[in-house]
Amino acid sequence: MTEVAATRAATPAWSWLAALRRHGLWLVAALLLSGLPLVFRSGTALTMMSLMGIMIIFSLSYNILLGQTGLLSFGHAVYYGLGAFFVVHAMNAIIRAKLPIPLPVMPLIGGTAGLAFAVIFGSVSTRRGGTAFAMITLGLAELVASSSLILRGFFGGEEGITTNRTRLFRLFDWNFGPQVQIYYLIAAWCLISMIAMYALTRTPFGRMCNAVRENPERIEFIGCSRTMVRFIAFCLAGFFAGIAGGLAAVNFEIVNASYLGLQQSGIVLFAAYIGGIGHFIGPVLGAILVTYLQIMLSDVTVIWQLYFGLMFIVVVMFAPGGLAGLLMMHVPLVRARVLHLLMVPYALLLAAASIAGVGAIVIVELTYRLTVKATEGTVIRLFGISLDTESAWPWLLAAALAAGGGFLTHAAWPLAARALSDATAHAGERS
Amino acid sequence: MLELTLISTLNGVLFGMLLFLMASGLTLIFSMMGVLNFAHASFYMLGAFFGFQISRYIGFWPALVVAPLMVGVIGALVERYGLRNVHRHGHVAELLFTFGLAFVIEEVVQMIWGKAPVDYRVPSLLDFTAFTVLSTNYPAYKLFMLLISMGIFMVLLAVLTRTRIGLIIKASLSHPNMVAMLGHNVPRVFMLVFGLGCALAAVAGVIAGPALVTQSNMAGLLGPILFVIVVVGGLGSLPGAFVASLLIGLMQTFAVSVNASLADLVGALGLTLDARSPFGELANVTVAQIAPVIPYLLLVLILMLRPTGLFGTRET
Repeated sequence: MTEVAATRAATPAWSWLAALRRHGLWLVAALLLSGLPLVFRSGTALTMMSLMGIMIIFSLSYNILLGQTGLLSFGHAVYYGLGAFFVVHAMNAIIRAKLPIPLPVMPLIGGTAGLAFAVIFGSVSTRRGGTAFAMITLGLAELVASSSLILRGFFGGEEGITTNRTRLFRLFDWNFGPQVQIYYLIAAWCLISMIAMYALTRTPFGRMCNAVRENPERIEFIGCSRTMVRFIAFCLAGFFAGIAGGLAAVNFEIVNASYLGLQQSGIVLFAAYIGGIGHFIGPVLGAILVTYLQIMLSDVTVIWQLYFGLMFIVVVMFAPGGLAGLLMMHVPLVRARVLHLLMVPYALLLAAASIAGVGAIVIVELTYRLTVKATEGTVIRLFGISLDTESAWPWLLAAALAAGGGFLTHAAWPLAARALSDATAHAGERS
Repeated sequence: MLELTLISTLNGVLFGMLLFLMASGLTLIFSMMGVLNFAHASFYMLGAFFGFQISRYIGFWPALVVAPLMVGVIGALVERYGLRNVHRHGHVAELLFTFGLAFVIEEVVQMIWGKAPVDYRVPSLLDFTAFTVLSTNYPAYKLFMLLISMGIFMVLLAVLTRTRIGLIIKASLSHPNMVAMLGHNVPRVFMLVFGLGCALAAVAGVIAGPALVTQSNMAGLLGPILFVIVVVGGLGSLPGAFVASLLIGLMQTFAVSVNASLADLVGALGLTLDARSPFGELANVTVAQIAPVIPYLLLVLILMLRPTGLFGTRET
């Protein structure tokens, strides 16, 4: 708050500098987003970065619910998927009617559709909070997902609805055929949405949301309606999810029922929670990580979703603050220059956990080959070594690694925890 | 018509009782710990797959006992080493933990048994027709399922209302601190109830496996319906769960056998609707087609009329 007071008192030149200091991060983000395609030029990288941009908007919109307002939703993909469907139908209608509407405004249609359905479903679901709200969103999600398989005309059944983004009205000679143009479109929308959602957290309404999360009863006492606050937050989240869905429709040029399914709702929950719901940057980190893992892990192993679920459980059990929570815990330590105290215990913990992880991965992969993929032979290659599922030693070795690593992790955990609390106390003394 | 009504009623009650077998455990766990166990349907699925695997080695009847016991132990372990640690991070973390668990269990089942349905058959002892209504043969196995679920319901009711154990469980729901003061190990009661709830779900799995399809997506199909039941009945209300289970069981069974649509109704009045128009598509959907959606429509309806559910009192 002293910063604000100082800015007001200072000369215009100073206030300009202060504004740069406050908003400079967004300038850096804009430069970063526009510079990335110059560094990562390959097609795979461009596709992945486009997906990351979409996922960032989607998981930030989810965090308006879970992180800010404390509403756990199991059906957020409904607004993402419906946004995508409306954009695809709108694009096809525009192509047919030859209307002069360019591609870059399409996500707005998605956002409007998401908002409209959030208004309808939100009026039913936001009357209750907590567990009941979570169950209601699940029920509504199933309602929409089941309907999508019944109403084949609108949802296109199994194969979905396709479109062609290059046939829309052209602006500045961009036809949006190449992936790099789509990347820039997504990056622009991503930046706008991020700024808008960050600004939302700073408004009085954003604070009201936090208050509803912390203590809904007291909100009623100060004369506000918790239902109303929840409802508005729900609608805004639906709007941004619709924008993300619209961008996904533009990116893939095909939309099917899996867009609004439970799986998609689960993935956005994983992304937001693994990234950390307590900080604005958390869902951004989570979206980047989850998208990267989705693409990379699915290349390496067929059962990547199992590892995904296990990772989520580990985060819920041991790091409920998520990645952002872990990082933020260490910021004061970096400032006080005591981070080196943690190096040795952290390295020990990491080594022990890696041993356990390798053992567990070997067991999982061996089991998978033995049960489902038995036709592909008994020999698998893991970490550059050939293992035979028929012989006993890989199993014994893997079990020993998993058990030994688990034991070592159990032993190293208190060491790391104590080192962290010591270092934090140390940093507190210095500042 | 009479035949259809009779058979549908029987099937509906059977499905409803099966649902209640699971919903009762879910409700008990919820009212005790405040956690809605998202993985509850996964334990039902584990029960079905364990029942299938065990019955291949030692037969169906031992499996009916062993599989629920195994699942019950797994459930107790999950409570002891998983949920209890997550508890200090709050209810959202607990719900998320069970959500992740449901995800992992489905993946593990897929890893071991694959995605295709397994060949889980009705035991030969019960593979005959119990009785014939006009022209429909009613299989004895379905009658057996009905008897088992009715029996467990009676036992559960008797234990909860008539015995000392039931007294302690009910007291732990409302006054955990007082029960602990009286020298009972409340965390252990929680663990046992969690295990018992999972075992009940597994019983449902073992007996439903041969009649329905034993497949890795069965938890995903049934799970959301279970949550609809506990919300419609009122969170934490056992009688509510019972009524809602029967209601949904009957509604779904009857809906499947009705092959009429809005367009037929309009047609009976002498009008026709174009099937290609957006409204025409909606109007031509038959009641049988929307059977899977009915529980969710009921959920929305109940929430609009009575936000706490049929028998619910608490606003959580």
